Amino acid sequence: MKNFAVLLLLAIIWQITKAQDDEGHDSLSLYQLEEVIVVSKPGIRHYQQAKPLSTLDEYLEKSGKVNMVKRGAYAWEPMINSMTSERLAITIDGMHVFGACTDKMDPITSYVDVSNLSEIAVFSGQQGSGFGPSIGGGINMVRQRNNFDKKGWSGSLDAGFESNGLLQTNGAGLNYSSSVFFADVDVMYRDASNYKAGDRQEIPYSQFTKYNLSATTGVLLNSHHLLEASVIFDKATDVGYPALPMDVSLARAIIGSVRYERMAVSKYFHNWETKLYYNTITHQMDDSERPDIPIRMDMPGWSKTTGFYSRISGCVNKHQLQINLTGYHNQALAEMTMFPVNPEESEMFMYTWPDVRTSYLGVFVEDKIALKKHHSLRFSASTGLHRNLVADDFGLNSLQIFYPKMKASQVRNVSSLSAGYLFQNKDWEVGVSTGYGERAPSVSEGYGFYLFNSFDAFDYVGNPDMPNEHSLEFHANASFKKDKIRLSSSANYFYFLQYIIGVPEQGLIPMTIGARGIKIYQALPEAHIFNVDLNAQYLFHPSWKLQGNVSYSLGRDHHGMPLPMIRPVSYQALMVYRADKYFAELGVSGNSRQWSFSKNYGEDLTKGFAIVNCSAGYAVYPKSHRLFLKAGIENLLDSRYSTFADWNNLLRKGRSFYINISFMFDKKVSL
Amino acid sequence: MKNLKYLAFAILSIFIISCDKDENTPLPADELSGLLLIQEIEGTDHMIELYSASGKLPVGHNKVFLRFRKKADNALEKNVDVSWMPMMKMMSMDHACPYGVVSKVTGKESLFSGDIVFQMPGNDMESWELTITYSIGGTDYTAKTDINVENTTLKRVSVFKANDSLRYIIALIDPVTPKVGINEMTVGIYKMENMMSFPAVENYQLTIDPRMPGMGNHGSPNNENPLYNAATGVYKGKLSLSMTGYWKINLMLKNDLGDILMGNAIEGAVESSSIYFEVDF
Repeated sequence: MKNFAVLLLLAIIWQITKAQDDEGHDSLSLYQLEEVIVVSKPGIRHYQQAKPLSTLDEYLEKSGKVNMVKRGAYAWEPMINSMTSERLAITIDGMHVFGACTDKMDPITSYVDVSNLSEIAVFSGQQGSGFGPSIGGGINMVRQRNNFDKKGWSGSLDAGFESNGLLQTNGAGLNYSSSVFFADVDVMYRDASNYKAGDRQEIPYSQFTKYNLSATTGVLLNSHHLLEASVIFDKATDVGYPALPMDVSLARAIIGSVRYERMAVSKYFHNWETKLYYNTITHQMDDSERPDIPIRMDMPGWSKTTGFYSRISGCVNKHQLQINLTGYHNQALAEMTMFPVNPEESEMFMYTWPDVRTSYLGVFVEDKIALKKHHSLRFSASTGLHRNLVADDFGLNSLQIFYPKMKASQVRNVSSLSAGYLFQNKDWEVGVSTGYGERAPSVSEGYGFYLFNSFDAFDYVGNPDMPNEHSLEFHANASFKKDKIRLSSSANYFYFLQYIIGVPEQGLIPMTIGARGIKIYQALPEAHIFNVDLNAQYLFHPSWKLQGNVSYSLGRDHHGMPLPMIRPVSYQALMVYRADKYFAELGVSGNSRQWSFSKNYGEDLTKGFAIVNCSAGYAVYPKSHRLFLKAGIENLLDSRYSTFADWNNLLRKGRSFYINISFMFDKKVSL
Repeated sequence: MKNLKYLAFAILSIFIISCDKDENTPLPADELSGLLLIQEIEGTDHMIELYSASGKLPVGHNKVFLRFRKKADNALEKNVDVSWMPMMKMMSMDHACPYGVVSKVTGKESLFSGDIVFQMPGNDMESWELTITYSIGGTDYTAKTDINVENTTLKRVSVFKANDSLRYIIALIDPVTPKVGINEMTVGIYKMENMMSFPAVENYQLTIDPRMPGMGNHGSPNNENPLYNAATGVYKGKLSLSMTGYWKINLMLKNDLGDILMGNAIEGAVESSSIYFEVDF
């Protein structure tokens, strides 16, 4: 405890760089982006990763700012500042995509693959509100973007294998570009069997198969006008969720968009970008593979979103302005059909998401002001209209069981404000910011009907009468860099009013067999979340680097009781060796014991753990062709562990050997 | 829109004109919309048509419709004074059942209706007989027929001897076609005074507890126990059904003093009451 207090103190006093090892962000990007995870391909950076063919989830997990909630080996749910999807704005290139699973088995991040992306921008708090209302922050997955400065073909072939779970990864990409045109296609296939936790214990229902196809094409109409179209097709089949009572037979997304970008719009505005998009998601949850269950059920869900954004950026004197008009319309429908043991009886059917239509239209304005040398300010504000409509009478009648006076539609206003200050010189960066944010309840929180949560074993029922959730946030971050040393730290505190969470309702009978009761979503009068992290790097030799980070979070409800899914002290230490063609890493990561767990929300004490990972790589560069070979061992000591974010204490992967081979060619010539 | 109106008028006038031409043409079919013929009964001067929504007479509450058609010219009678008497002809004895008065259906010209609660089905040896007594234009008639009362797979009526040593009949009147959501619920509660008299009991207390035995015997919230409605003589409440499927509506009957007459609460290992209704949709 004493050590911990010292660490915390250090974290607050110290100041530091960014969490990851990249450098060279300009002063303003610190405000803009909490963190950028670079997965760019075919850029060399992608292949500097220890395991280039990691899943997107693994990339996110490595980042100090994102935690992943795991229900299996696939489709982990990202968490920023101790908050999950309903409090985050997660977008793919600015596009809103909403999962179709009532049990959060398909976070948006599961419908893309790293091969589609150049980087993942992670925003904290109101910095993430540029694409729509958010409380905790946001993730924008930025797709690869071509320049028109080269002509010719390039491509890549990837193959990966992991011993634990017999995970195969195969991918290929092809790109053509000229001075006015480009086309990009890539495919990725991943297939895994059950993995084994530490001590070789097999985790049943942890298999998955995923196909991902992505294509983008663009035409430079003239030097100032660009038209681009892109599509992602993603399909996962036979996905097991060992921590849940059901699996997924199909999770499919088709995500399409058309983008028009205009450069050099006027004297003041240099860029105007408009995108129209549509996406449709089909998700089929079933339990056909599970033996011995009390009742068979199917739970398909569908989510369709149409949207747009139009964003203009410019500079007026010392002001760097951005205005973003954004809107979307989402349809969320999910059903549950239970098949009675007695075939004479009718099937039991209900809408778990009663065809909820959510529309949002809002505007976001940001102004960054460069004051005198070293000092700058940032202000942003957004406001929007948010409407929910229960379009299905069957569903409305169902909800009216709980809320007899409920109306089919509801309109709200959702606004946000934030302001920040940054000081920056050669060695130091110090920033403080504050913000106010609001969000409407999510579809499940407002309109979910008997959604079973296997974590706390309660059936959840939405509450359409809830007010908006409000948060007041304070951030501080600092970094220091000198010679061989880099230190950085950031801390934030969220004060919530009307914090939305499920609260047990006495006297109601749960629907799910074995459930402990019913929770109705309620807005708690207040809640608090505090997060702090500390990062350090020491480059003690041109080829050697030692880096480490420690983070901690705290969450309390209005009675001072712990909130669920809040990380204990977690740490990582990594020794990296990087020479011309060789590369090696040895790292340890772990969590402390979870002192403060939330019994009310189904948590139990999670023990501390530490695991060891190591990897090595070799690169061959013959002219325009490049071959990369990476191999490593994850969880070297085969530790048996689970973390605070593992659903129902799901055990994580034990020891695993991996090998990644990538071949790239580049026949492009500069224009 | 306007054109449509004219068109409707045109069609209607043709129809009316054609009606004038042939007096024997039956009344517009909407008199019978939603009804199916059960059977026809031959009277002295009339054919009596019996209808119900299902075209059948299942055990439990039935809303039965009648029409009287003159044998001579097939015309439907508009002014009829009707009463009826259902009777179970058993091997050892006869008994009646709860039934209501027959009256003209509001808004209809020649359709009459009344309620009958059959507490048991007929069989090969024992069957229900319906006696219809009616008077048209000062002449009294009586018609008698056997009717086929079928058993149901789902229990919509409960007959029992209660703790006060009296026999009761509780019948589910509504919902006939349940839906997911809050259903208006109507229940008839009758006391057996003697073999022939089953009056409705007033101001008793009935509690309902709908459950799904096929799904962990879970229940539904916000039900409203049916309360006696003096105007209609039946009990009205709200039945909440959160999904389709088979529901058992467990009942508990208390008298006006709150003494339990029959049934039990669902708690602990007790999964069902001794009296209940069933719906499956």
